[in-house]
Amino acid sequence: MSDDKRSRKPVPRPSPESLPFWEAAKERRLLLPRCNACSRFFFPPSQRCRHCLSPDVNWVASKGTGRVYSFVVYHRPYHPAFEGDVPYVVAIVELDEGVRLLSNILGTPPEDVRCDMRVRVTFEDRDGASIPMFELAP
Amino acid sequence: MKGVNVIGIGMIPFGKYPEKNIADLGWPAVKAAIKDANIDARRIEAVYSGTARGGAMVGQRIMGRIGLAGIPIVNVENACSSSSGALAQAVIAVGAGVYDIALVIGVEKLTKFGGGTLPLDEDDWEVKLGLSMPGLYAMRAQRYMHDFGVKPEQIAGISVKNRANGAKNPDAQMRKEVTVAEVLASRMIADPFTLLQCCPTGDGAAAIILASDKVARQYRSDPIAVRASHLTSGRFMSGFRDMTSPEITVRGAKETFEEAGLGPEDIDVAEVHDAFSVAELLYYEAFGFCPRGEGVGLLESGATKIGGRIPVNPSGGLLAKGHPVGATGAAQVVEIIKQLRGEAGPRQVEGAKVGMSHATGGGISGFDHGACSIHIFQR
Repeated sequence: MSDDKRSRKPVPRPSPESLPFWEAAKERRLLLPRCNACSRFFFPPSQRCRHCLSPDVNWVASKGTGRVYSFVVYHRPYHPAFEGDVPYVVAIVELDEGVRLLSNILGTPPEDVRCDMRVRVTFEDRDGASIPMFELAP
Repeated sequence: MKGVNVIGIGMIPFGKYPEKNIADLGWPAVKAAIKDANIDARRIEAVYSGTARGGAMVGQRIMGRIGLAGIPIVNVENACSSSSGALAQAVIAVGAGVYDIALVIGVEKLTKFGGGTLPLDEDDWEVKLGLSMPGLYAMRAQRYMHDFGVKPEQIAGISVKNRANGAKNPDAQMRKEVTVAEVLASRMIADPFTLLQCCPTGDGAAAIILASDKVARQYRSDPIAVRASHLTSGRFMSGFRDMTSPEITVRGAKETFEEAGLGPEDIDVAEVHDAFSVAELLYYEAFGFCPRGEGVGLLESGATKIGGRIPVNPSGGLLAKGHPVGATGAAQVVEIIKQLRGEAGPRQVEGAKVGMSHATGGGISGFDHGACSIHIFQR
């Protein structure tokens, strides 16, 4: 990897399956894949439902709210571009739709983050992409 | 299935051998197992070799070094369950009567990565998002503390116990006893894990020789029977995963006990996959050594220390003995066989008749773990 790449935070490289997710994120909308056959949400996006394997899936807007299922505070950067961010919080957020996203918690000191804390989506712009992250729900 | 027995074990001390290659690491463990089994090496009919990151044709590299190639060699990759998964395949082959003698190898060289957390597959969804193994286990710890009112210093007790055991094991990478205060004062890695709550990276190798009932006693008078040999993969779960109840091990334990016709109360000694301190607490509960949420109580009662009701990780576990990924499962079996033979010296679990080993791992999206292999042995 070149030095330039190591010094910049990675950006999403959408696959055909995840493209609608990332395109919606640019418009500050959180879309989730949902199965028409079994009515369940699933994640990450795929051509078939992760539960029942039906190909009849579509995209539905998420309410963007959920809770912190669990989290970890990174005291060492896993990628050099995050060196200025430590300590930062990586969290599994369980959306009210039932699926979980791996993301960051912004705006709350790491020592104040708790399991089951209510959060809502926010977006961080990065090199032309926009990444869903979460903040404390009011 | 016909009866399968362990008649030979060998390993090299786990540690850092940056100057050695993978065959250099592997062949001395094989040689030790051959000597231990008191067998003419030409009687070995097939080899099952496990490594997670050792590259291609590792079994051939090792067997070629000692002039024993030219027989079937199967190379197995299953992350932390690579050599325990290789063992499961060898048990099937010997149990089916295909071979009377089979060799299992586990080998890994992690010093080539230069230390720190293991690199994972960058095409993986969660890995792309920055999840690392310490991060994953730390999330399990955070949720466990939240759900059951557990404190970080209580989780650190696992490191204290296992490092005390490791201090008694000449094959362990970490041979120094530590206090809770020292564990908590070590460098923070992924909250709540400090450095001494993470298994070290290192190199190692271990080997096991299996024999059918028909021939086992030709070589040793004390063959140890394989009572259960289990391998499974995680279930893919989109969305909800209960991180404090490891699905793959809970199910694997149930199936293994069923196969053996035994229960958790029958286990005299166990080696479980304590890659990070909290993991051992989760596994106490997954195996039914105590009820859900009571892992800390079991630890603090002393039941899992050597001399307790159900000693866990007398070798020092991954935390002290070390975790050269692909070698771990085979090395756990080496420890259990030593315990059942009464050869474990200062860390001997007195009177142990039934022992269990458990290696699970593989950080991939949507799975609690990718693979899990559990074995039960009886003398």
